[in-house]
Amino acid sequence: MTARVFIPRDAAALALGADAVAAALAAATPSVQIVRTGSRGLFWLEPMIEVATPEGRIAYGPVSVADVPGLLAAGLLTGGAHPLRLGRPEELPFLQRQTRLTFARCGIVDPLSFADYRAHGGMAGLARALEIGPAGTIEAVVQSGLRGRGGAGFPTGLKWRAVAEAPGARKFVVCNADEGDSGTFADRMLMEGDPFALIEGMVIAGISVGATRGYVYIRSEYPHAIATFGQALVIARREGLLGAVPAFDIEIRVGAGAYVCGEETALLDSIEGKRGMVRAKPPLPAHHGLFGEPTVVNNVLSLASVPVILAEGAAAYRDVGIGRSRGTMPIQLAGNIRHGGLYEVAFGVTLGELVNQIGGGTRSGRPVRAVQVGGPLGTYFPPSLFDTPFDYEAFAARDGLIGHGGVVVFDDSVDMARQARFAMEFCAIESCGKCTPCRIGSTRGVEVMDRIIAGQQVEANVALLRDLCETLKFGSLCALGGFTPYPVMSALTHFPEDFQPPARRAAE
Amino acid sequence: MVADFEPWSRDRGAEIIAAHAVGEGAGLPVLHALQAVFGHIPDEAVPIVAETLNRTRAEIQGIVSFYHDFRRHPPGRHILRLCQAEACQSVGSEAVAEGVKARLGVAWHGTTADGKVTLEPVYCLGLCACGPAAMLDGRPLGRVDAARIDAALDEAS
Ligand SMILES: Cc1cc2nc3c(=O)[nH]c(=O)nc-3n(C[C@H](O)[C@H](O)[C@H](O)COP(=O)(O)O)c2cc1C
Ligand code: SF4
Repeated sequence: MTARVFIPRDAAALALGADAVAAALAAATPSVQIVRTGSRGLFWLEPMIEVATPEGRIAYGPVSVADVPGLLAAGLLTGGAHPLRLGRPEELPFLQRQTRLTFARCGIVDPLSFADYRAHGGMAGLARALEIGPAGTIEAVVQSGLRGRGGAGFPTGLKWRAVAEAPGARKFVVCNADEGDSGTFADRMLMEGDPFALIEGMVIAGISVGATRGYVYIRSEYPHAIATFGQALVIARREGLLGAVPAFDIEIRVGAGAYVCGEETALLDSIEGKRGMVRAKPPLPAHHGLFGEPTVVNNVLSLASVPVILAEGAAAYRDVGIGRSRGTMPIQLAGNIRHGGLYEVAFGVTLGELVNQIGGGTRSGRPVRAVQVGGPLGTYFPPSLFDTPFDYEAFAARDGLIGHGGVVVFDDSVDMARQARFAMEFCAIESCGKCTPCRIGSTRGVEVMDRIIAGQQVEANVALLRDLCETLKFGSLCALGGFTPYPVMSALTHFPEDFQPPARRAAE
Repeated sequence: MVADFEPWSRDRGAEIIAAHAVGEGAGLPVLHALQAVFGHIPDEAVPIVAETLNRTRAEIQGIVSFYHDFRRHPPGRHILRLCQAEACQSVGSEAVAEGVKARLGVAWHGTTADGKVTLEPVYCLGLCACGPAAMLDGRPLGRVDAARIDAALDEAS
């Protein structure tokens, strides 16, 4: 029997040399069958390669080209012993502790094999949706407790119901794959590692609300996701998942490097071929969305979670999680962290568990000083708040947000005044320009931070900074301007020493 | 992977615009197609895009300037993008950027004197657990330092 070796083609694995490893292995053993998969999401072990054995898959990693001859000599193709041998991936603590529902197939299947998709539970959700009909499907999504994974956490089922009930000549399903938050990569991993799950989720959404056309808006910074998802669409049409029955098709739209286009109404303008300007709400996209028609806008993870919810039943999903945060969240551990990667788990895990137990602390080995959760508009948490459970409401209660689930760790070399300055600068760069506080206030914020950092009239400037944050918070149409105060004020509140004049800081 | 952009040609430009001006909201697809071929959005292309899409020149100009991706000037043969967002900041992306700027002798958006590389900042490549991250002509690079960037640039012709 020819040996089968699985090597990821996920962009992060490629960034760490997966293609070169695949090429070296193919050159050394031409008979080996190499299957390119998504990533399991253990990035400190990438490129992590796996070989099929009678005992299941055996993983090795991190593998470099130089390791290939030694691995082969050690019997890689039969799971032989070697210092890089990790054993069965499912038994690695990082994976064993997870509850993989949305990411059940990612890293295991060939993302472009429809046969693999079916063999690993794909299409069962759509079958169930067709059985229970549109109303039953929407009810199941409502019952599951699924909330939008893009950041705002709005109940997905209620959104679908609003679109289903809205009158419209045509309706749309728009998938938000703009994933602009630093520290997040789950959408990318899913599109590269299990694209049919997203397609199936969109088809189910389309049938449920009566839409015949879908768009996936993918950021241009993700060329591999765009390519893989595009190939998956071709296969899905051939396999009948897209096309005539059900009458639903999907088109990819590529973003152009504007963070604000992740905001759903700016995203719709962008698909319409305009500048990505945020629209005032109401009207909601559910009533007046793309080209003025009723539109579902959902994040990749929201849509890709729907097939498993239908296949396993709403109750099974609802039964995990805490409070009003039901099901699992694909959390992304990023930045200066030892064990960075994708960690899908039931809501309720604490920030401290994520950073220290699961993430293993910093990659640099220095103490953790701050953790930014929820992207560039998210709060910086000090270790004293590490008991905060991962839950929409618990984070809100501490002036934070879970956003799209990104957790970015910083060690004690971080200067929090600089991070506050960056938050203002980012807002200034990315503002759509519609609101004065956001457009002008953020630029003022950068200047104020520059003066604070230079130690000029610190008290007066800190007071000015607080005022600016108040103005941003209440005078902004969307969360770009409205939430920029979160990183700024949390830096100031939890790390006031970094805002002190340099002389006083040195004296302390 | 060589970026290998073509010099502006009116005929070629018009052909690309016509090929992509299909369906609703074709603005971004048309501009992306132009930039993929010419490396930037040539001023000469704007009136043709406007006419084809039935929009004003000012509108098209406004779209080009709104989106960070669209360049107004031709770039070098290769495009090196260094992530400067928070996750990469936490592992030293600013120092990497300063080093690369000094070695190449360019500022952000600058092109080296030999026309080989254009340097651009990018705010997140989705490689946040293996930063500092970079992308050279669409090829992702993780845990970069000056040496890794140099090696990648050496491989590029
Ligand atoms: C500035 C800004 C950027 C955003 N970026 C994204 C994004 O990249 N991806 C995303 O899914 N949602 C993003 N959102 C949230 C969307 O507006 C919207 O809530 C979401 O796409 C709805 O889908 P969901 O209910 O499935 O989360 C952003 C919001 C703002 C204000
Ligand atoms: S807050 Fe900023 S990004 Fe949001 S609508 Fe206003 S100007 Fe645009």
